[in-house]
Amino acid sequence: MIAGRRPEPELSSRSPSFFDEMRAPDGSIRPAYQQLAFWLDNIPKDVLDYRRKEAEFIFRRIGITFAVYGEAASTERLIPFDIIPRILNRGEWQKLSRGLEQRVKALNAYLHDAYNKREILRAGIVPEELIFGNPVFRPEMNGQAVPHNIYVMIAGIDVVRVDPDNFYVLEDNARVPSGVSYMLENREIMLRLFPELFIDHPVAPVENYADDLLATLKSVAPLTSSGEPTVVLMTPGIYNSAYYEHSFLADKLGCELVEGRDMFVKGDMLYMRTTEGPKRVDVIYRRVDDDFIDPLAFRPDSMLGVPGLMSVYQAGNVTLANAPGTGIADDKAVYSYMPDIIKFYLGEEPILKNVETHRCREPEHLKYVLDNIDKLVVKEVHGSGGYGMLIGPAADKKTIENFAAKVKAQPEGFIAQPTLALSTCPTFVEEGIAPRHVDLRPFVLTGRDKVRIVPGGLTRVALSKGSLVVNSSQGGGTKDTWVLDR
Amino acid sequence: MRIRIAHETIYRYDTPATKAIQILRLMPRNHDGQYVVRWRVEVSEDCRVEPREDAFGNLTHTFTVDGPISELAVRVAGEVETQDTHGIVRGTREKFPPSFYLRQTDLTMPNTAITDWANEILGDGKSPALETLHALQQAIYANFTFDVNATVPSTTAQQAFANRHGVCQDYAHIFCSAARHLKIPARYVGGYFLRGDGIVNMESGHAWTEAFLPDLGWIAFDPANGICATEAHVRIATGLDYLAAAPVRGTRYGGQGEAMAVKVTVDQASKQSQQ
Repeated sequence: MIAGRRPEPELSSRSPSFFDEMRAPDGSIRPAYQQLAFWLDNIPKDVLDYRRKEAEFIFRRIGITFAVYGEAASTERLIPFDIIPRILNRGEWQKLSRGLEQRVKALNAYLHDAYNKREILRAGIVPEELIFGNPVFRPEMNGQAVPHNIYVMIAGIDVVRVDPDNFYVLEDNARVPSGVSYMLENREIMLRLFPELFIDHPVAPVENYADDLLATLKSVAPLTSSGEPTVVLMTPGIYNSAYYEHSFLADKLGCELVEGRDMFVKGDMLYMRTTEGPKRVDVIYRRVDDDFIDPLAFRPDSMLGVPGLMSVYQAGNVTLANAPGTGIADDKAVYSYMPDIIKFYLGEEPILKNVETHRCREPEHLKYVLDNIDKLVVKEVHGSGGYGMLIGPAADKKTIENFAAKVKAQPEGFIAQPTLALSTCPTFVEEGIAPRHVDLRPFVLTGRDKVRIVPGGLTRVALSKGSLVVNSSQGGGTKDTWVLDR
Repeated sequence: MRIRIAHETIYRYDTPATKAIQILRLMPRNHDGQYVVRWRVEVSEDCRVEPREDAFGNLTHTFTVDGPISELAVRVAGEVETQDTHGIVRGTREKFPPSFYLRQTDLTMPNTAITDWANEILGDGKSPALETLHALQQAIYANFTFDVNATVPSTTAQQAFANRHGVCQDYAHIFCSAARHLKIPARYVGGYFLRGDGIVNMESGHAWTEAFLPDLGWIAFDPANGICATEAHVRIATGLDYLAAAPVRGTRYGGQGEAMAVKVTVDQASKQSQQ
C-alpha cells in the first residue's frame, strides 16, 4: 500500500557513485533521454512550473488522494506528482519484465507447495519455521484447492536500479498491492499536459491495464461458474487509505464495487445484492486483508467480511484474488530465500537480483549485523510502514543501542540489508531540474492463460535532495513511467 | 465404555432473524480407542447441510437458513464406544506435522507471566518432557478456579492466566500457550466428558489438550480434571485454539433479542439401558 510503506534506506548526501538514468558519468545524455533532455533544455522554467500547478489542480479536482494512518488532522492527502517522466528503453523493460514474470511464477509455485506437499521443506531449501512459524500462514488454506493453482493474480514487485544493467527486487507485494491507479492517472495527466512529448516518444501504452486485469480475473473464475463470470471489487470501505483506488479501479473494470455487507452466502454460493435481486459472484478482486474477509474463518470480530465466504471458497465456487495466505511468500524473511526458491521451482537462475540480506535468526549473521549495525538497515520481518526499522547510517548512538538490544532479544524477528544506492532521475524541484532517487513498482497479472504486465509501473521519487525515502507517507512523490516501444 | 451424547443448542429471537449461517464442528471421527456407533446432526429449519472436512481434519457441517427465523435449533445425538488408551491418541487424521502445533495464536500468545511460570515448571530442563507436561497439567488444575462467570469465549490465555479463574477452554489455552513456549507441540481439543460424579446434564461440552512427544506421539492432557484423557473423553475437533475447533461459528442477519439455550447430556449408554 502506498501510504503504509516503510521508508527505504536513507543516506545523508548524494555521492557521484549513484547511477543517473538520464546522464552518464561523463555528462552525456543516455539515448532514451535524448529528446527529453533537449526538450527540458528549451522549455522555460515558468512554463514547467505552470504545468506542474495545472497537474496539481487536476489531481485535486478528481480527488486522487491517499490517507495517512495516525494523522487525525489530515486524513486525505495529495501525493506530489513530478511532471518529468522516467524513461526506460525497450531492452531494459524486456529484461525487467522477464524477471518479473519469473519471480511471480516462483511465488505461485512456492505458495502452492507451502500449502500442499511442502517439498521445499523436504529439500531443505527453507526452514520449516518460515512456513509454519509465520504469523500470516493460514492453516485454513492447507490442502485447500485453489482455482487453477494461482494464488497471486495481482503482484506489485518493488524494484530499484543501482547500475545500467541490474534491477534489484526490494520487495514482493503479493497480498493486496496498491498504487496502480497512480500509474494510470499519471499517464492520463501527462497526455493532457504534454501531448507534444508523446509525438516525439513512442511510449508504450498502459491504458489497457484495466482490460488486462479484467481478462486475468475472468480467466481464474471457478470451473463451476456458468457463462460470463461475474467479477466484483471488494473494498473495506471509504475509510480505507486506498479507497480512491478501489472506486477508480471498479469504474475502469466496469465491475461492482462492493463491501462485505453487500454480499451473502447461500448454500454453497456467494451472491451480491443488486436492484434486480441476488446475483452470483464468481471472482472477488478483494482489497480486504485476509484477517477480515470472513468472520467465521478468520477474525470473528470482523465487520468487513462476508460470513461463510471461506466455505464457498472451500466448495470451489468462488475465486479470491489474491488467495488468502499469500503473505508467507512476500515477507522479509522469505525474501532472502527467493533466489533459491526460483532455482528450486523453475530450475532457472534469477533474472532480477536480490538485495543481500542478513537473517538475524542465523547466529553468524546475527553477529555480523550487531557488529555492523551502524552501516545497515535493520528491518522487522513483519514490520511495515517504516515502523520497527533502523537506518544505521542515519541513527544516533542511543537509538542504535536500543535497537541492537531488541534484535538480540528476538533475532528471528529481524533481517538486515546494506543501504542501497538507488538510481536517480531528473526531477522538477524548487531549485530547478535535479536528480532525485527513484524506485519502481510494476504490476504483474497472472491469469490461467498467461502473465500480463503493462509496460511501466509506478515510479516513486524521493523529492528532497539526497533522500532515499520514496514513500508517499514520507513525502515521496510519483512520476509517469515511460517504456519506449522501439 | 459406550457413551451416549445429546447436545442441543436453541437460538430464539424476539424479532425474527432474516438469515443465518453456521459452521458446526460437532461430528466425531474414529481413532484408536474411539468408535462412533451412531451420530446425527440435525438443524430444525429446512436447509441443506454441507458436510466437509476442515484444514485440521475436523468434520464440519455448514448450512444457511433463510428467515424469518424466530427459533433455530441444532441438535446432535449419538453414541460412541470408547476405550482407555492411557491418554495416548493414535489413528487420528493428521494434516500437519507436529511441529506446526508450536504455533501460537491470538488466544494462546503468552506474555512474560506465562513464560516465567512455564520456565519455572520446566526447572533445569533435565526431567523428561512427559513429566514436565504432567507438572504443567497439575499446576493448572491445582491453581486455577473453575468459574463459568469469569471468562467469555474470546478470553485469551493471558487474561485467564492473570485471572486464575476460568473454564476448561481457558485451561486448555493456558496449557497450549505454556507447552508451545517450552517447544512442545500442543493443540486444543473440543469434545465431551462423562463425569465421574454421576452428573449427566451440563451447560456445554468439554475442552482439553494434546501434546506431542516424539517417542509417544500425541498425548491427551485434561488440565480441568487434572488427568490424561480416559475412556470418559469423546474427542470431536482439534485446532490451534478454541476458534479453530469451536463447536459452532455462525452469524445471523437481522433479528433482535437473541437468547441461546444449550443443553448437553453425557451419559453411559449401557447404564441407561439397564435402568
